[in-house]
Amino acid sequence: MPTVEQVGKLRVRREFRRRWLLSAPALLTILLAAVGPLAIVFLFSFMEKGDYGDVKYWHFSTDGWLSLIFERDPIDDTLGLASANVQIIWRSIKLSFLTTIFTAALGFPTAYVIATRSVRSRNTWLFLITIPFWTNLLIRTFAIQDLIRNEGLINLTLRKLGLIDAPLQLLFTDGAVLAGLTYVYFPLMVLPIYASLEKLDMRLVEAGYDLYASRLQVLRHIILPHAAPGLIAGSILVFIPSIGAYVTPRVLGGGKNMMLGNLIEQQFGQARDWPFGSALSIALLVVVTLALLVYVRNASRGSGSHHGR
Amino acid sequence: MTWKLKTLIAALALCSGAGAAQADGELHIYNWGNYTSPDLIKKFEKTYNVKVTLTDYDSNDTALAKVRAGGHGFDIVVPSANFIPIWVKEGLLLESRPDQMENFKNMDPRWVDVPWDPGRHYSVPWQWGTSGPVVDTAIYKGDINTSAIWLDPPAELVGKIDVVPEMNDVMYSAIKYVGGKWCTDDKAVLKKARDTLKAAKPKWLAMDYGIEKFDTHDYAAAFYYNGAAFRAREVTPTVRFGFPKEGFALFMDSVAVLKDAKNPENAKLFQNFIMDPENAALISNFATYANGIKGSEKFMRAGLKDAPELNIPAEFAAVAEWQEICNPEVNELYTKIWKDLLK
Amino acid sequence: MAVRAPFSVRNQPGFVAIAAICMFALYLPICTYVSYAFNSSGTGNGWEGFTLKWFGIAWQNREIQDAAWRSLQIAVVAATAATIMATLAAVATTRTAPYRGLTLKYVLINQPLIVPEIVTAVALLIFFARIKVWTDYSGMGYLFIAHTAFCIPFAYLPIRARLEGMDLTLETAASDLYANGWQTFREVTLPLLWPGIIAGYMLAFVISLDDVVITDFIKSGGQDTLPTFMLGQIRRSISPELNAAATGFLALSVLAVTVFYLINRKRN
Repeated sequence: MPTVEQVGKLRVRREFRRRWLLSAPALLTILLAAVGPLAIVFLFSFMEKGDYGDVKYWHFSTDGWLSLIFERDPIDDTLGLASANVQIIWRSIKLSFLTTIFTAALGFPTAYVIATRSVRSRNTWLFLITIPFWTNLLIRTFAIQDLIRNEGLINLTLRKLGLIDAPLQLLFTDGAVLAGLTYVYFPLMVLPIYASLEKLDMRLVEAGYDLYASRLQVLRHIILPHAAPGLIAGSILVFIPSIGAYVTPRVLGGGKNMMLGNLIEQQFGQARDWPFGSALSIALLVVVTLALLVYVRNASRGSGSHHGR
Repeated sequence: MTWKLKTLIAALALCSGAGAAQADGELHIYNWGNYTSPDLIKKFEKTYNVKVTLTDYDSNDTALAKVRAGGHGFDIVVPSANFIPIWVKEGLLLESRPDQMENFKNMDPRWVDVPWDPGRHYSVPWQWGTSGPVVDTAIYKGDINTSAIWLDPPAELVGKIDVVPEMNDVMYSAIKYVGGKWCTDDKAVLKKARDTLKAAKPKWLAMDYGIEKFDTHDYAAAFYYNGAAFRAREVTPTVRFGFPKEGFALFMDSVAVLKDAKNPENAKLFQNFIMDPENAALISNFATYANGIKGSEKFMRAGLKDAPELNIPAEFAAVAEWQEICNPEVNELYTKIWKDLLK
Repeated sequence: MAVRAPFSVRNQPGFVAIAAICMFALYLPICTYVSYAFNSSGTGNGWEGFTLKWFGIAWQNREIQDAAWRSLQIAVVAATAATIMATLAAVATTRTAPYRGLTLKYVLINQPLIVPEIVTAVALLIFFARIKVWTDYSGMGYLFIAHTAFCIPFAYLPIRARLEGMDLTLETAASDLYANGWQTFREVTLPLLWPGIIAGYMLAFVISLDDVVITDFIKSGGQDTLPTFMLGQIRRSISPELNAAATGFLALSVLAVTVFYLINRKRN
């Protein structure tokens, strides 16, 4: 007769195996088509750059990494700090951060409104929210461009209303890129928050009011905690891709307001500096992975206590 | 749950099986976006019973990277002149000998012995043109035949200028503007060029592709290509194209066959096909640039063959040059300056 | 004792207004390009009259047809595969005490979110190119795998968020009633999880449909999707027939999702 201990150990081992089996398909696919190729990028960041793009295979050099911080002035050959890189990195972080804030500020109320409609109309609302995103990104971005250009709808309306005399230069500014990013990533914020809020039992909210809590208190202590996992998931889904955004800044920024994604793309294109582009990507990756690790540590610490309420 | 599973499986099966077209011969063309006349393709398909596919790229670098990596499946590529020696050096092109083809006699003799493909062993001209200032003369009435339009813009044009983000064309014009020679490594000259560009950049609105912003009055001036300027003038008649007296570059995109093409015979047929004047005119009528084949003028559409944009005035003919390929160190230097400018 | 004036528990002040403005802003660009698809003027300057001719032109355009169909195929395959894998992975990594390798798994699953697309694109280009030369296969398989891979995290996160908020007691009750793991999953967990799965599927589908950079780099000759086709057209401008194609696509997608929702509603 197996002892209680032995049975217990067996169950733990089976659990363990089951968990790895379940996650296997996802992990394998990603290893093959996402992580594996990254190893190539990592290698490339340490190679010497080729004359016309690509790398000189197996010629090693740390130039790619040094270019992150230092740059040599092409004319007088002095070594200095790569200020332009810093500018671009700063712009990317700033814009992504603002995008996350805006999408959260707009997305939370929207998700809440949807989650508190009747069950029948909820699906209709979700449906309506996702329709714009069944449209190609390029076309939508060009449509935004069309709205904010000098003779576009927004300027025309403002002039008709007499609020401005000459058209505002909205297109090809940082603001345009911000608006575009917010527009593009809005549903990535709304859907996860909705998925969390949908589980919220409105009776808890009612109970809060019955106990004479103010609206703000109910929001803070009952609603927001329930929305928290969704808010966090949404923030990640928005912040991280927007930092590496490429199409939106290119179309709405007019090629002059580069973000990190554009800088990296440029290294593989016109600038022909693949090692530098690779180093940039790995650096970005490291920073973001660290942030995610912090999140995961906190999340798994907290998730044990969240259910069974 | 089972019916859902079944529907899913059915959908997956449907999707994976689709799309195996049977054709007698095939040809896979890799060209710039919006640069290939659909009529030309249809005519070629009918004439030779070949199924043609067209894939787009938006820059020479993209095309080179893609083909160099291998496994691309293309037969034909259309690189710019200053890139062709790179393609040849890397062993990516088939020496298809257009100069031995039947229609070779139609090629304009000006374009037979070009520095980047002497005697035309590899490539056939597709379209050629020049880069220069494009100005809406309703807004600026001064002299437009100078690079100062975008390198030292007059007040009316500030904040409404677009400069095409093509390194070689921009660098060429800038170096010529400050009096230098292309491929120079004179640091003093390059410093002047770099400083001029950097001083001018804040006065530009964008560094982007696309000329249609003249139609919507977002741009008042640009540094762009002559054929596109022609199209802009068709919509807004006050738009004119200038030939900078300081010096400007010619560009030519040419059709070449890839060394590892799967359909090299069809590719050669295509090269021969476009050296026919009527077919060359089809290309021009669509892309609105000049082609390199004589006798095609009578097939070109109204207004195109005599367009001021496409015909370099005699007084400026001397300052028009091909961009040679500079040696790698100079190239590197220019790339660094360009990167500096782009940030 | 004071009596509270009746008020709706569901409404927070200003929330509905914000949601309404968001909806309006969401649809403004859509209406813009849809209107161009029906505008008989070819350029963007003013409305010149209603016409259906652009749809005709787009319909006849073989390249647009090809590209659109290919986009749809890839999206369906990728979203389906990704959602299935993501659901399994979410179940395995959520609501458990931290175990060895959990953090690593989490990071791995979300990896495609972190890496800029251009980087993955270049890496995949080189990687797949070698395989293409080896095996001489240059079909759509590469596109399917690549899309599935980057869709997985988009399906995973909403499912996980949903799972985290779920009540464990129902599942415990089920196993108390002698249901085995699979039964519990099918009858209790899955129905409760369903909104999360739908959210995940829709996200994955849209992400795949929209992908430009990765697809552009790894496609072979003649394998354009709608976004890569449009990227190639960028040098001119968005022509009216492209707007018409996108509008047609939109109509088709709306139809597909409507059908999906109706089926789902009937089930409930």
